[in-house]
Amino acid sequence: MRRIESCFQRLAGQNRKALIPFVTAGDPVKEVTVPLMHAMVDAGADIIELGVPFSDPMADGPVIQLACERALAHNTSTRDILGMVKAFRETNTDTPVVLMGYLNPVEVMGYEAFAKAAADAGVDGVLLVDLPPEEALEVKPVMDAQGLDMIFLVAPTTSDARIKLIGKAGSGYLYYVSLKGVTGSATLNVDEVASRVETIRNLAQLPIGVGFGIKDAESAQAVSRVADGVVVGSALVNQIAENKDTPDAINDAVGGILSAMRNAMDQ
Amino acid sequence: MSERPDFSAFPDARGHFGQFGGSFVSETLMGALDELTAMYARLKDDPQFRADFDYDLAHYVGRPSPLYLAERWSKQLGGAKIWLKREDLNHTGAHKVNNTIGQALLAKHMGKPRVIAETGAGQHGVATATVAARLGLTCQVYMGAEDVERQKLNVYRMKLLGAEVIPVTSGSRTLKDAMNEAMRDWVTNVDDTFYIIGTVAGPHPYPQLVRDFQCIIGREAREQSLKQAGQLPDALVACVGGGSNAIGLFHPFLNDDDVAMYGVEAAGDGIETGRHAAPLNAGRPGVLHGNRTYLMEDDNGQIIETHSVSAGLDYPGVGPEHSWLKDLGRVKYVAADDQEALSAFRELTLVEGIMPALESAHALAYARKLAPTMSPDQNIVVNLSGRGDKDILTVAAIDGIDV
Repeated sequence: MRRIESCFQRLAGQNRKALIPFVTAGDPVKEVTVPLMHAMVDAGADIIELGVPFSDPMADGPVIQLACERALAHNTSTRDILGMVKAFRETNTDTPVVLMGYLNPVEVMGYEAFAKAAADAGVDGVLLVDLPPEEALEVKPVMDAQGLDMIFLVAPTTSDARIKLIGKAGSGYLYYVSLKGVTGSATLNVDEVASRVETIRNLAQLPIGVGFGIKDAESAQAVSRVADGVVVGSALVNQIAENKDTPDAINDAVGGILSAMRNAMDQ
Repeated sequence: MSERPDFSAFPDARGHFGQFGGSFVSETLMGALDELTAMYARLKDDPQFRADFDYDLAHYVGRPSPLYLAERWSKQLGGAKIWLKREDLNHTGAHKVNNTIGQALLAKHMGKPRVIAETGAGQHGVATATVAARLGLTCQVYMGAEDVERQKLNVYRMKLLGAEVIPVTSGSRTLKDAMNEAMRDWVTNVDDTFYIIGTVAGPHPYPQLVRDFQCIIGREAREQSLKQAGQLPDALVACVGGGSNAIGLFHPFLNDDDVAMYGVEAAGDGIETGRHAAPLNAGRPGVLHGNRTYLMEDDNGQIIETHSVSAGLDYPGVGPEHSWLKDLGRVKYVAADDQEALSAFRELTLVEGIMPALESAHALAYARKLAPTMSPDQNIVVNLSGRGDKDILTVAAIDGIDV
């Protein structure tokens, strides 16, 4: 069984929800990322979404745009990031790792070469925000052949017909974008999310992670009551930005937020 | 080209031109794009919509624009006759308004009270602010902070027209960053906002609908050539940034095998210096701003900053249909550098009394090389896509003059 699927199965058995942190790889420096991944697992992360920086992150707000700029200032490449995952896997063989970003830095490697290298490094899934299922027909079988899950987004604007299509196209989990906007936008509306998640459950079979607008333990707890996973990104990346000149403080700052979320979600 | 496709049959239903084009956007926008695609499919052959569009082009834009024989310049160059398609005489001073008229009509049909746009040189921003003023729509225009600085006149024009100009300070602070920011706005305000994209790039259906609205240029030029020159032109020349004026001129001639076509990219300081904006000459296929096309990118797939004296050509991508036409060999993509464009700008102004936009001056710079290689009984049509008033401060600064 693939790591993501078994992770959600294990959590379901314990009646717990997945805590899924997002950080941009190589932010603020490359050396930070692998220890930070371990620290996030220690603080209660179940799955790690590792951001692949892109020069033109159209779907991201200012927080993650700046994270991309910091990571690219010293040329963090897709190959560097695969190296980080490989290093992480030396001591952690359980926690699923999903690469999240935009298509171009993946496509430039070639689909075959990327998929092989990613699987070899120990990557479990790939989420490309500018790749809807209609455009993924060529890349999906290539990823699948290497055991990589393709994770797709569902938005508040997604029609029922498209939810069905996305449910069939994806594997691992579905990522429900809780609001219309870019990452790091306003706070989500939990009642609205609950009702949309219910709709998605009726139309698709995959576990549902919810992201965008989850900022603290309270919102993480509220979302964990309705979804299978809680994704937190900008709130953590903000901590990295604040500590960018003192990288040693990053693990504690990010870990502190995640621990609080973990505790609230498990209550 | 023995096996050329029927160019009028593209893009396919999902917006692809061969491997190029498509809809590479985040899921939140897919519904809006599907809605726009369906609306456009319904309206594009609707007689009333066509009549409204044609009426506005005739009475508001001032079409047809003349096809002017640049007799003195042609004689001076000593070769083919050069005809200028005078898009500079349109209301607002460039071809951009053909498209904003069309998209504003779509916005009206879709009941969207707010329009947004990205702009480089400011011509598309002005054209958008203009139609928004006329229709009473709220209008916000995203413009790279560097372009706000070098196109001050157009910025103030937009403000006078009631639009808000939002300077974009991320990334390279030029057109591509303005487009990122407009996409972010659209994803946030998708319910009440129509995004008026200014060129034949972006996700499907934009490359198609912008092309269709701009094809008026080529349809007129074709008819005018037959009437005024008595034959189809031997060559067409147009500048290519995103490529909307070029595709507008080229498309109605694509099935005419004997008409040669040249798209002229901005070579900036020179292709060999790496400081240019010529993805078709020196880039490779990738995905940016919703479509697959030739891009200027590094080995890691990051977009490279571009350089051109012309803000309107300072873009690392190009419309996907141009990428396809390049690979098919139907259009030849060449480049003119800053110096060549500036000297063509000065020459046309002095010899014909027509001051071209610096963008259009790139097309003139290539025509200047091409004409002497052809005979006086041959004809070249150059798209004079915009007028140069907006560039006077830029040229003055290069001349060391404080206006």
